[in-house]
Amino acid sequence: MNVKEVLGNLGLLEYFAEKRTCKKCGAEENYSVFKNNNMICPSCGAYMRMTADERIDLIVDKDTFIETNASMESKNIIAFPEYTAKLKKAKKDSSLKEAVVCGTGTIGGQKCAIFVMDSSFMMGSMGTVVGEKITRLFEMATENNLPVVGFTTSGGARMQEGIYSLMQMAKVSGAVHRHSEAGNLYIAVLTDPTTGGITASFAMQGDITIAEPKALIGFAGQRVIEQTTGEKLPKGFQRAEFLLEHGFVDIIEERGRLKYTIARLLELHSR
Amino acid sequence: MAVLKPSYERVKAARSNDRPMGGYYIKHMIDDFIELHGDRRFGDDGAIVAGVGYLDGIPVTAIAMERGDSIEERMRRNFGCPSPEGYRKALRLMKEAEKFHRPIICFIGSSGANPGIEAEERGQGEAIAENLVEMMGIKSPIISVVVGEGGSGGALALGVCDTAIMLENSVYSVISPEGCASILWKDSAKAPEAADALKLTADDLYKFGIVEYVIEEENRTSEEICSALKRCVKDEIIAKKALSVDELLDGRYNKFRKIGNCEDNQ
Repeated sequence: MNVKEVLGNLGLLEYFAEKRTCKKCGAEENYSVFKNNNMICPSCGAYMRMTADERIDLIVDKDTFIETNASMESKNIIAFPEYTAKLKKAKKDSSLKEAVVCGTGTIGGQKCAIFVMDSSFMMGSMGTVVGEKITRLFEMATENNLPVVGFTTSGGARMQEGIYSLMQMAKVSGAVHRHSEAGNLYIAVLTDPTTGGITASFAMQGDITIAEPKALIGFAGQRVIEQTTGEKLPKGFQRAEFLLEHGFVDIIEERGRLKYTIARLLELHSR
Repeated sequence: MAVLKPSYERVKAARSNDRPMGGYYIKHMIDDFIELHGDRRFGDDGAIVAGVGYLDGIPVTAIAMERGDSIEERMRRNFGCPSPEGYRKALRLMKEAEKFHRPIICFIGSSGANPGIEAEERGQGEAIAENLVEMMGIKSPIISVVVGEGGSGGALALGVCDTAIMLENSVYSVISPEGCASILWKDSAKAPEAADALKLTADDLYKFGIVEYVIEEENRTSEEICSALKRCVKDEIIAKKALSVDELLDGRYNKFRKIGNCEDNQ
């Protein structure tokens, strides 16, 4: 069987033949062309946002990922208008149950706990389920003395869950604290975009902070800053390179080398 | 609570120009207060006042968001919007309090963190994140009081605590009602609807079990509110001081751990 037949049998042929457009330069290619190039546009080199599945394929050793708390789903806990319908639509459009996928696996043979946020589910925003899943992951990692490797991409806290979403920042921070106190490694990998309450909590709490090239990383939104200060934002403001320059990121790593770099760091910290 | 006011009325009350801010409560609750300045890294943030003094004879560290009264003072204090240096100063003094086994009282009242270019350059997100993770391990009791507008991550940076208290007309929210309305409905004039939807009043948060006490304001003068608050804070400090460090830190962890606990249908 050739690749086409295998994909056909799996019902994936259409998916891989589906056209995708680079948002940066407008180049149109089959999905498989982008996928085989680590979701980097072959024409202009722009990094496209990755889904959790694509990220796991790229980083985690083949067939080692075991998902945890996979079925946890959000409810409209404060009866926020239109939220129930929004959740339903997000599930349908993203084929995900929530904005983070958690689990265990190996990276370059090193066992670790892994969380991967996915911006295709309500802009990766954090409500109670995202907070709970990441908290449980850190607690499990603390119990088993596992390092945590986390990929962030998020617009911030999910306002449709009101104060509950804000409090998730503190809840996850508690679990990060206990994991760290027990002498475990946490590598945070910041991908485009990582903003708001995620930047102000677990995205910036890693022992090692890696960012993808040109990723938008910041706390306050750019439009809000412009409107409040009336100033023009400097070139490259809140991009990964800007954070590296100001001392808030350890490494900017290109996608093709990311797995190798994470594996080397895990090995170096193994006990 | 005597009269149930619509949520947005509470927001307006919390923001009111005449409403006492954190500095007032330090002045009226803490005796012999000595203000301590600076984050030892970059500067001193006027939007956060911090120092040491006595609460009814108990040595405490007090940290408060303050916007100031006169226009000059408000400019100096950046209208009460803290900068990264403010959060770092707060954390530095919490660690100093920990060293001397001194309880910590935080007063929260700010529209939120400073939306500025410099604040981002100096790692506003990282400063808040550091406070959240470090405050989980501070071995002294932490009592946080929301006295005005508790605006998002900037408020939470002083809000990781053992006991959370809100004044009746204070609010505590993930986003301002205006911000929420403009993002969701492209119309910041719908802020009153957003305020209702966000469930941000002291009453709401008490019902959710996120704050332990609400101090009534109805028919009370500022002095009376202040003395009721002082009694509440003092009782909590005495109760928390009696705990072992493990009990204290487990209690703090679990206070936040239980917020939004979800079932897994697996």
